Amino acid sequence: MKRFVFRNRWLPYALVAPQVAVTLAFFFWPAFDSLRLSLYRASPFGDRLIWAGFANFERLFRDPAYLRSALTSFVFSFVVTFAGLALALLLASFANAKIRGLAVYRSLLLWPYGIAPAIAGIIWLFIFHPSYGILPWVLSFVTAYQFNWFLKGWVAMTLIVMAAIWKQFGYNLAFYLAGLQAIEASVLEAASVDGAGPIRRFFAVTFPLLSPVTFFLFTLNMTFSFFDTFGLIHSVTQGGPGDATSILVYRAWKDGFEGLQLGFSAAQSVVLMALVILLTAFQFRFAEKRVTY
Amino acid sequence: MERRAGIVLVLTVVLLVGVPAPALARTEIQWWHAMTAVLGERVNEIAAKFNASQNEYEVKAIYKGSYPDTLNAAIAAYRAKQPPHIVQVFEVGTQTMLSSGAVYPVFQLMRDNGIAVDWNDLIGPVKSYYSTAGNLYSMAFNSSTPILFYNKDLFKKAGLADTPPATWDEVEAIAKKLTGAGAKCGFSAAWPSWTLVENMYALHDQPFADHANGFDGLATRLQINGAFGVTMMELLQRGAKEGWFTYNGRLNKAEANMGGGECGIFLSSSAYIGNLTRASDGKFTWGTGALPRMSGYPQGNSIIGGATLWVMKGAKPEEYKGVAQFFKYLASTENQAWWAGVTGYLPLTNAAVKAMESSGHFQKNPSQRTAVTQMLGGKTTPNSQGIRLGNFASVRDAIEEQMENIFSGKKAAKQGLDDAVAKSGEILKEFAALYK
Repeated sequence: MKRFVFRNRWLPYALVAPQVAVTLAFFFWPAFDSLRLSLYRASPFGDRLIWAGFANFERLFRDPAYLRSALTSFVFSFVVTFAGLALALLLASFANAKIRGLAVYRSLLLWPYGIAPAIAGIIWLFIFHPSYGILPWVLSFVTAYQFNWFLKGWVAMTLIVMAAIWKQFGYNLAFYLAGLQAIEASVLEAASVDGAGPIRRFFAVTFPLLSPVTFFLFTLNMTFSFFDTFGLIHSVTQGGPGDATSILVYRAWKDGFEGLQLGFSAAQSVVLMALVILLTAFQFRFAEKRVTY
Repeated sequence: MERRAGIVLVLTVVLLVGVPAPALARTEIQWWHAMTAVLGERVNEIAAKFNASQNEYEVKAIYKGSYPDTLNAAIAAYRAKQPPHIVQVFEVGTQTMLSSGAVYPVFQLMRDNGIAVDWNDLIGPVKSYYSTAGNLYSMAFNSSTPILFYNKDLFKKAGLADTPPATWDEVEAIAKKLTGAGAKCGFSAAWPSWTLVENMYALHDQPFADHANGFDGLATRLQINGAFGVTMMELLQRGAKEGWFTYNGRLNKAEANMGGGECGIFLSSSAYIGNLTRASDGKFTWGTGALPRMSGYPQGNSIIGGATLWVMKGAKPEEYKGVAQFFKYLASTENQAWWAGVTGYLPLTNAAVKAMESSGHFQKNPSQRTAVTQMLGGKTTPNSQGIRLGNFASVRDAIEEQMENIFSGKKAAKQGLDDAVAKSGEILKEFAALYK
């Protein structure tokens, strides 16, 4: 392999400069600005900026609703990630089999990913709406139980969990499918010759070989459910009923954008930022050790 | 190639020269608003009519998204030192605007530009909501108040007389009969905190927050966990349990249920008349009535919702002159009567009410009279002049969160209201700390 060496000392820096500039302007600057703002009480129109020290953070951690919201976020993210990945892997295994109409089946499975979270929310709203949704109508023939998620927290939660899984499903499936197809048939044949049944083959051979894909999807889905589900929640439950579906990112938006409590909202963003850094570091430190490339 | 370049050049020159320069450079006035669909068209119509009425100023009406979107856009523009001249802000943003130091009070604007407007002709509740010490700070524009709607077809089906319930006892009795006769939803309400808490407090002359609902100083504590609030919430909690009250979500989500013909009795903004007319067309008939009352409490008045127009600081004097002219046009009886007639919002001046009365508009549209009668028949007291809270949007959220916990039976009425008071107290204290 030929190694390329820059003769000019400045050229490499000039080449990476645009990338660095974009990162600084669009990632570091806002991040530092939130960090700064979180230490102040700030008026919406910017006429008042009063040093508050850690008062915003204190208020945050004193608030039982915030801790509840953190718990809600974690439960939501873990369920969406685990259930979502399990389902995607299962269906990817089916889609990997040699069946008639495979191409059509595969493309159909990828569709949901092309839909924006807010639109996905509206679609699920139409299916589940207590009065004009089709599902409650069908269920009303079977059971007298009212699936009214305007008032029942766990029903609302289930609803957005399902919508989030469905939304992210096509993406997960595509990666698993690609991963499955990259597995050499000879490896699986060798396992069969050794007497392993399909289930044993899956857990002893396929799943470990898929671990890089699983690791990647795990990180991605956790971040997706932590942050990108905002549109979904905003269009379906608005965080309710009570605060049953009020995840951290939704609260930060609501307090900042609707409530105009800028410093308080910035403090929430800082906590979120810290959580993401921790989560990612944790994943790379511990989870990656179990990944075989 | 060269020839083609020549043609392009000639064309460019022709285009540049040929475009007629405005005969007289008109002073542009930016008006940012949040009105969608039919209302948005009406707003454009107002601007067009004003622009045609004179040739010094040109009002440009620009849609900026929802109310919070519009407010945030104005905040961002103000911070970037390029504010619009006029911005439409919803009523919950009133205290935020008053405290902002970024606005040019309307009474001053009119005085500085030598335009005499008889503010006393504004209907009481509107004037009180947006005035401080008798001076109007923002230009009243689209104001509505909650009223009661009822589905006449469902009433008939249940064998009920064609009269709306006037008291909460009647609401309960009728809603029970309606659900008994197969109605899916006996009673429901849109904008839960506004219709069922804020307005019920004002209507029964009960204090909602300290410092006279925030009019005598920054409010620091809600007072909704007293006997009246508990009675009100217990009634609704029982209704939800017994099935005659159906909760259908925050904001105006519940309007889908009323418009779908499911609900017998319904509370929402008087500005819902237009949409309900369209939704019910050919499907069912409906009527309106005053908000239901609870016996044993004094007479107050319902309060308004909607939005007003705020003038932002930072523009040139000649531009403000145009803004003042435009407001004079807005306040004119002709414009007020037209606007109220085509939208269902309240006519804002007594003169406009009279004009609509004498033109026979109310006779043809009796549902539009309900809100006016209700407002003019009420009593303006410190408890019913309005509510002025900092971070009101967050406070409303805190209330609705607990209303949901109460309606679902998760919390007792008293407990839920106590929690709402505690949480909103934090929010109000923060605002007070900012503007101490």
